[in-house]
Order: sequence, then structure tokens, then C-alpha cells
Amino acid sequence: MKIAVCLKRVPDTTAKIVVGGDGKSIDESGVKFVPNPYDEYALEAAIALKEKAGAGETVVVALGTDAAQETIRTALAMGIDRGVLLQSPGSADGFEVAKAIAAELKGQGYDLILFGKMAVDDYNHQVGVMVAELLELPCVSAVSALTVEGGALTAEREIEGGVEQLACQLPAVVTADKGINTPRLPSLKGIMAAKKKPLETKPVSLGAGSITVTSLALPPERQAGKIVGEGPDAVPALVQLLRTEAKVI
Amino acid sequence: MPVGTATSQFTGVDFYHLDSVLSEEERAIRDTVRAWVDEHLMPVIGDCYIQGKFPKQLIPGMAELGVLGANLPEEYGCAGLNNVAYGLIMQELERGDSGIRSFASVQGALVMYPIYAFGSDEQKKKWLPSLAKGTDIGCFGLTEPDFGSNPGGMITTAKETKDGWVLNGTKMWITNGSQATVAVVWAKTGAVDDAKSIRGFIVPTDTKGFTGKDQKGKLSLRASDTAELHLEDVHLPKDAVLPKSGGLKSPLLCLTQARYGISWGAIGAAMACYDEAVRYAKNRIMFGKPIGATQIQQVRLADMLTEITKAQLLSLQLGRMKDAGTMTPQHVSMAKRNNVNMATECAREARRLLGANGILAEYHSMRHMANLESVYTYEGTHDMHSLILGQEITGIAAY
Ligand SMILES: Cc1cc2nc3c(=O)[nH]c(=O)nc-3n(C[C@H](O)[C@H](O)[C@H](O)COP(=O)(O)OP(=O)(O)OC[C@H]3O[C@@H](n4cnc5c(N)ncnc54)[C@H](O)[C@@H]3O)c2cc1C
Repeated sequence: MKIAVCLKRVPDTTAKIVVGGDGKSIDESGVKFVPNPYDEYALEAAIALKEKAGAGETVVVALGTDAAQETIRTALAMGIDRGVLLQSPGSADGFEVAKAIAAELKGQGYDLILFGKMAVDDYNHQVGVMVAELLELPCVSAVSALTVEGGALTAEREIEGGVEQLACQLPAVVTADKGINTPRLPSLKGIMAAKKKPLETKPVSLGAGSITVTSLALPPERQAGKIVGEGPDAVPALVQLLRTEAKVI
Repeated sequence: MPVGTATSQFTGVDFYHLDSVLSEEERAIRDTVRAWVDEHLMPVIGDCYIQGKFPKQLIPGMAELGVLGANLPEEYGCAGLNNVAYGLIMQELERGDSGIRSFASVQGALVMYPIYAFGSDEQKKKWLPSLAKGTDIGCFGLTEPDFGSNPGGMITTAKETKDGWVLNGTKMWITNGSQATVAVVWAKTGAVDDAKSIRGFIVPTDTKGFTGKDQKGKLSLRASDTAELHLEDVHLPKDAVLPKSGGLKSPLLCLTQARYGISWGAIGAAMACYDEAVRYAKNRIMFGKPIGATQIQQVRLADMLTEITKAQLLSLQLGRMKDAGTMTPQHVSMAKRNNVNMATECAREARRLLGANGILAEYHSMRHMANLESVYTYEGTHDMHSLILGQEITGIAAY
């Protein structure tokens, strides 16, 4: 089985974000970057599937700047076999990114193409499903359980108030949700071995696209809370404030 | 937020941009061990400490990660890392707890290293892979009840017989001593005043006459196993001796390895305390403002940050020297002495900054503070390292 995992380099979710001087991008200086956490689920799924099958190839594909090589090497350290970097500064238009990734994946004989359900830096939820469409493959998005057997997959999705089970033939595209697995830490030997695994870089140029970011702002700082009193005596005052000030009831 | 592998609450200290002189692999290794400590050690360490119990269940995970004997060669199942990466591993483990770092130090630097450095090919092949996998656990028996800072005075003996060796003696304060499956024991093969006759022996702990007894009543390193070893007519085969060991310098070479790691480990403990102190100083409101807005607490934090940064510079350069083969035991003494002392001061100041909360196991500073008192004493007391440096400076031994 040949599996591709698409991976994005994103700021660490615990990093303190500063908006850059242009008001449209984040200031990357001093920010730690990590593999997109949802993509880590996809990486783990790919490695576990190959381990279970005892054979096959896993390939990680990232679109990003040269700095994303480090992110790819994290995937290689976890156990992915080889990496491809599509060198590009990226685009706010997910469709442009999807086209470049689809072009890379097309005709390579992948049985399964995995994504995270979204990237935590832009929350777009787009690229995986668009790639599926461009490759004319079935796509199951936001998968929380996955099994592959005999050229087909079964997947579960957590939907409002329940679980949905789906099945489809391979080749297919799957985007991973949390709950699907617990991503492994790379071993120290894996980190050293990652240096020796193949990492191909290919410059790509994205189209202009039809979407632009016009501004980026941090959420307003949270206001200090108010203590209206203690015990049952405080209830009327609290209800009053929830009505008049917070306007939530 | 999903729990990513590289995300972590603890942020570490890098005021002087030392990350920029670490390689990508060195940083990745540090971050991986940091994430492991966050996921596996931090949730259990408080309870382990209170119960006085080493978290044994973590050994397979540590081994799988590859932290045991991480700077020894791959042919023995080790990770083959350079010494800076190895140091960063010690730093991250001790950020969690000195006890877990002690376990790794003993296994790697005091058990695997002597087998690697002084052992025969057969001994290396027999023991190193299982020690790296954590299926064997090792301990290092040098100190005796009456010989601590002066191990050359030891009275444990190894008498050669026609088919092997017979060991007799008592070893004290032995880390991993009650859970070990194998002990590296140092004993005199000649006269009791002949330190040159000291040799190392590989002793499986199920050998008749060998017993390990838990040291009770510790107020420090409570999450570490410390034991007293008794050897009563312990019969060993001829090939139990480490063939290339000879004289006090052999165990001292092991200690140099371990002390090197401890110099890094202490930085980890200090960082944990600093991190906790900074968060607390910003959040704790007293007299209507954060305590971090007061000059006294700012001085505390400024001192901690400065001392941690100086210690980082010492250990990093020491590591580069170790990799280049230019490091001497005296260089290691300076870093062990300075960094452990620095960490004990940081832990104490952090504990004080935290007020009453600082005495709880829920916070980390007091646990580190108590642990570091052991680290201050073992692997050559602070005083002994002063004297080693004094001898280096003056040419006169004062001990
Ligand atoms: C938790 C823990 C774990 C340990 N693990 C191990 C282990 O795994 N294996 C092992 O072999 N040992 C181990 N040790 C033992 C440790 O190395 C010794 O405790 C240490 O060497 C000091 O010896 P001592 O306790 O006998 O103190 P002593 O040597 O009696 O020293 C007492 C005091 O006198 C000072 N002093 C001694 N000599 C001089 C001098 N000439 N001039 C000035 N001051 C002096 C010392 O600095 C110290 O302050 C461990 C100890 C502890 C606490």
C-alpha cells in the first residue's frame, strides 16, 4: 500500500502570536513552528497502517517555504519513509494550494491520501477535500476511526449526537480528526535516521487565486471577572447582570 | 486544542539564543524528550514523590524513546547521539524530576558506560542491548558506609579463586539498588590500602549472597530508588571482571561521564523552578498588584535567569569540548559544582516566591529544592569539586 500524508508547518498552538507590521500576517520572529496537530493524526495513521500491513511506502508532502523541511523531518523521524517539499510561500486561497498538491500526487499510484481535517493556523478545512475533488477520488472528511482492508476503507465520523460509519473503495482521500489515534513521539534514533531519508524539494508556483487576507487581528483581551457575592444570596444579582450586562439570558 | 507532539506548556529558557547554535537534531531531541516528560512524567511525579516510589512503569517508554545510554554507539542498540544531545536529554528529564534523571544517569553513564569502556566484546554484546532496552536495570556500587568522598579507601574485596572471584563488602546509597537486575560493583583485588587494585565486576543481582535493601526515610530524591547492597561470599565466574578496569581512575572515569550529564540536568531543574516562579509572579495578586510587579521578586527572577543562562553557556561549551575530545575531569567539576549549586539556589528562591503554595507537591519548586540537596552531595560533593579545582589551580591537593 502506498500512502501519502500532506503536512503543513504551523505556529505552535501555545506560541504567543504577534501580528506583523502589515496587519495581515503574523510576525514569525521568535515563534516556534510545529507540524499541524491534525496532520500528526494523519502521519500516525499512515505509519500504523504500514506497520500493520508489514509492507508499503509512506510519503509526506508539504507545501511551504524551506523552513518546512524541518517539519518534514519530524514526520520522517516518526517513521514516514520519504518527503517531498513543494517550495512555495503558500496562498490564502486553499484552492491554489490544493491544485499544487493534487498535481504532485496525481498518477503516483497512491492507495490512500491522508490530511488533517484542518490546519490550526487558518482553520480553512479546505485543502484535503479539494485535492480529492481534483483527483476525482472519494473523500471522507473529519475521520475519528479508520480501518483499511482488502482494497477498501471503513471510517467513523463523529457527527452531532452520534457516530456515522462509512465505507469506500481505495484509492481515496481521508482527512483526520482527533480521536483517530494518539500520535507517537519520534524516537531519538528516528530523529537521527531522519537525516538520511530522502527529502526531495520541488519549486512550485501557485496561481494568484481569488481570495486575499485583508487584515488579521488578535481577539480582544479578556476583561477581568466580577464577583457579585457569595452563596444563594448572590443569585438575584447574578441573574440581573446576565440579563442586562452579558445579555445571555 | 489537540495535543500535538511538539507542543508543551513548559517553555524552557533561552535568553541568549542558544537554540541558534544547536543543530536541528539537537533541538528535535530536546523537544521530543520535553514532550515525553510532559505527557508521561509530569502527571505522576507528585504522587510518586509523596509515596516515595520510583515510576518504574515509565522505563519501557524511556527505553523506546532511546534515552538510555543515548550517547553510546548504535551497534549496541543505543541512539549514538553526540554529547550535547545527550546533555539536553538529561536537562529535560531533570526538568521533570532529579530522580528520573538519576535513573537515566546511572543506567547510561555508570553502568552501560563502564561495560562499554572497560568490558570485553562478550560483556558488551551480552549487557548493552538489554540495558538500552530497559529489560535489564543497572546500578553502580562504589560508595561504602565509611568511604564516601574518599572511595579509594573502600574495603569491599574481590578475591581471585581458581575458577573465578569471591566478593565481600557493603555498598551504601546505591541508586537503582533494589530494582537492579545487574550491579557494577567496585572492589579491591589486592591489599586493603592498594587503591590501584580496584576493579569493576558485573554482578547479576540474583547471584547468591547478594542483597539490596531499600534506604528508608529519605527527604530528598523520594521518587528514586536508593539502596544498600550487601555482598556476602558472592561467587562470580572469571569473566565477571571488567578486563580493562584498573585502579580508582576507572570508576572516576564513569563519574566524569555522569557528572557531565548532571551539569545539564541541574539546568533543567532550575528552568522548571524559574518557569514556575515567573508564572506565579505574574498571576499572584497581593496588595492589589501582581507580586511580579515588586522589585524584590524581580530581583529574584533576574538572578535566576542570569544564573541559568551562565550555566547553559558552561554546559554547552563543555559538551562541545567533550565531543571534540578536549574535556578534562576538572572542566566537568566546574560545571557540576556551579550548575548544581545554581539550581539549588533557584529552587529555594522559587519556593520562597511561591509563598505557602511553594510547600505543596502540586507545585514543583520544593520537590526540586529537596532533590537538589542529594545532587549537591552525590557524584562528588560541592566541596570536593571545590578541592579538585583548587588542586588544578595551585597544584596542591587539599583533600
Ligand atoms: C540519593 C543518593 C544517591 C546516591 N547514589 C549513589 C550511587 O548510585 N552509587 C554510589 O556509589 N554512590 C551513590 N551515592 C553516594 C554519594 O556519592 C556520596 O554520598 C558522596 O560521595 C558523599 O559521601 P558521604 O555521603 O559519605 O559524605 P562524606 O564524604 O562523609 O562527606 C561529608 C561532608 O564532608 C565534606 N568533606 C569530605 N571530605 C572532605 C575534605 N577532604 N575536605 C573538606 N570537606 C570534606 C563533604 O563535602 C561533606 O560536606 C548517592 C548518594 C545519595 C545521597
